[in-house]
Amino acid sequence: MSLVNFTTREITCKIVYYGPGRSGKTTNLHYIYGRVPDTRRGRMVSLATQTDRTLFFDFLPIDLGQISGFTTRFQLYTVPGQVYYNATRRLVLQGADGVVFVADSQARQLDENLESLQNLQSNLLEHGVDIRTVPLVMQYNKQDLPRELILSGADLDDALNFRGVPSFSADALHGQGVFETLKGISELVLKKLAAGSAV
Amino acid sequence: MTSALNPKYSFDTFVVGAANRLAVTAGRTVAENPGTAYNPLFIYSGSGLGKTHLLMAVGHAAKQTAAALGIEYLTLDEWVEAFHAAIAAGQGDAFRRRFQNVDVLLVDDVQFLTNRKEMQSELLRLTEALQTAGRQIVLTSDRPPSQIADLDERLISRLSGGLVVDIGVPDYETRVAILRRKSEERGVRFEPGVLETVAGAEFANVRELMGALNRLVAFQAVNEASVNAESAKRILGLSAAAAPVAAAAASAGLGPDEFGAFLADVTVTVGKAVEAWRARVTEAMLRWEGEGYRTQRLEALLKQEAPAAVDEAIAQFGQDVERLKALESEVAQFDPEAAGHSVFRDPERVGEAEQAAAKVREGVAPPPGPSGAFPLVAFAVGPSNHVAVSAARAVLERPGKKYNPLVLVGKSGLGKTHLLNAIGLELAHGRGAVVACLSTQAFTDELIAAIEGNRVDWWRARYRRATALLLDDIHLIAGKERTQEELFNLFNLLQDKDRQLVFTAPTPPNTLAGIEERIASRLEGGLVAELQDPDRDVKRTVLERLLTLQSISAEPALIDYLADRHADSVRGLVAVVQRVVSAAAAQDVPVTAGLAREVLEGQAPREARRGAGLRTSGLVVSSLGGIKSREKMVWDWTDPTDRVIEEFR
Repeated sequence: MSLVNFTTREITCKIVYYGPGRSGKTTNLHYIYGRVPDTRRGRMVSLATQTDRTLFFDFLPIDLGQISGFTTRFQLYTVPGQVYYNATRRLVLQGADGVVFVADSQARQLDENLESLQNLQSNLLEHGVDIRTVPLVMQYNKQDLPRELILSGADLDDALNFRGVPSFSADALHGQGVFETLKGISELVLKKLAAGSAV
Repeated sequence: MTSALNPKYSFDTFVVGAANRLAVTAGRTVAENPGTAYNPLFIYSGSGLGKTHLLMAVGHAAKQTAAALGIEYLTLDEWVEAFHAAIAAGQGDAFRRRFQNVDVLLVDDVQFLTNRKEMQSELLRLTEALQTAGRQIVLTSDRPPSQIADLDERLISRLSGGLVVDIGVPDYETRVAILRRKSEERGVRFEPGVLETVAGAEFANVRELMGALNRLVAFQAVNEASVNAESAKRILGLSAAAAPVAAAAASAGLGPDEFGAFLADVTVTVGKAVEAWRARVTEAMLRWEGEGYRTQRLEALLKQEAPAAVDEAIAQFGQDVERLKALESEVAQFDPEAAGHSVFRDPERVGEAEQAAAKVREGVAPPPGPSGAFPLVAFAVGPSNHVAVSAARAVLERPGKKYNPLVLVGKSGLGKTHLLNAIGLELAHGRGAVVACLSTQAFTDELIAAIEGNRVDWWRARYRRATALLLDDIHLIAGKERTQEELFNLFNLLQDKDRQLVFTAPTPPNTLAGIEERIASRLEGGLVAELQDPDRDVKRTVLERLLTLQSISAEPALIDYLADRHADSVRGLVAVVQRVVSAAAAQDVPVTAGLAREVLEGQAPREARRGAGLRTSGLVVSSLGGIKSREKMVWDWTDPTDRVIEEFR
């Protein structure tokens, strides 16, 4: 996907929120949606099942306006977390400029997190992309839950973040860490874009 | 030639406050009822307070009210250019028709009408025509009509006849509102309190305020940390005092704006890393634009995908601007008006600016100064010229302030030229003094030469620099319309700046024929000091000096005899002495009272050898109108023997 279009003077960043089911990916998008001024955001498309699970994907376009002469847009996607929607996940992942891996901080969800992370790696590979080259940040969500139920950010770093990418503790429901995460991934994406377009 | 209305400058984007409410209301009214409400509408304010913005807003609003209206916006300079082009093409009438058919005419920067007489009358005519046809005219200027130098009285009254409103410096609240709106337009967010800090600072106008905002935007774009109130003060070089009040007020709003903060961060990231060169170019653009320079070269750079040698281009641009600044300040010394020309604000036109500066530099040669042959100490003083001499002394004490102008009046040969030059010499001692002292004839000749050489501008510039203007024989200006015109302008300009003006004339100015009323009345407006026929004291002083100069030891009887003889001018007296001296030399006898009596009374009195023609101080104007200016040269010679030659010729 062309990130920087010099002819139309546009920058478009596709950012995919990845992670196991019920880890809070859609919640992230909802929070962001609520904070973006009306004039800056497109309609949030959410295809959800009866039980409020993401069936296909969520899509939130954000218009950041003119930056350095470029019309800058962010497109935020979520994938369905449930294992059986892998085809959809792979499809959504296609052309992603950056990935936010939203992990569920509950201790009992650790395996799901790991499984989803492996799934991310293999799906990227299917598109011929090495996970080490994709801008990636980790978000440890639900840090607001009682201490005894969750793992700390440090523990999760040890367990999941073996590549040492930026990680953020978050409480997406109340917005804690949501924008920090978005900021983190944006910087990575834009820096990569800089490296790519430097002639 | 006509500028398009900038779509950014509408009433919607104009922040209204107490200082500009009246002007905005008037502007809106005019836009809604063109030609009927206030016509003409004249808006004036200091630089950077929104005149142009308001003027264009009127245009936009009028267009919205009635799309069919013909609206024309242009600066006075553009209008003058258009006029000149039309005249050059022989299309003067087409030019007039074109502007007479505009429904709403918006003219910016009218103050440049100064010294453009022909444009003033053109504008007067146009204004009348538009008003008669019920069409609207709106003008802006940096000062009210009555204060535009050299503006025709009729034009002043015409321009003041509609509504004259000013725009003041915005108050604090308006400044905050302006900053908020501008940063919003830019898509930049600042931490709470930053804009309030900026608004709290003393900026003379909105443009400077924008410059401050630009610096903050640029700073925030290239640095990791976002600007807060404290660092804003540091960046803008404001003192640490004042303004924390506002911060609290701002943070009492909706709570943290996470999206805004995010946007700011992304902007920083893009600016810094994604396209670092763009950020540098933009920063340079903001800086130079803030200082009022045109930046289309940098703009063009931004349009390229990956220009080579960006930093060199920016550095070169900076150098060009520095050069323009240097040229501008150099030119401003000699001709402030020329320095205001747009070439000094456009780095693409450095070459033209150099040429313009060179042209001005040519005019730098100082105007003719006073002759050293007429020192004040050598001026013989007596009751007959006491008034003139004490007036001269008063002028020297407080040049430009006491008697301005000073007009020395008297017959030929009483020492007017001497006194004029003496004043000039004394004034020339002052620091930085540029004393223009010459005969009116030379003044006219120079003007004619300048017109021939198409160098009237520098000729004017040359005299405008003068700290004093002294013209001998001002009556010679009679009938010379252009010289009178130029002198009138120069007179006003110099008098406004408290620069001393001194003239000589044979009779009081209001009795001189062929001189325009406006000049005569100005000449009368200072002090008219008359020199009388030389009295005994004066004659004695002159005689003693004259004889001493020729190493003749005069017996008191000779001096008494000569001093008692009637002489209607000092020059006549000098001639008499020369006759006696030369007679003595011819007979090889000493100069005595007896000899003098024999020489002077033995012959029939020599009367008025010069006959017809207007006698001036040294100049002889024949009845045919030709001027034997060489005779003036003769009188400039100080050696008395040379004067003898002249006398016997």
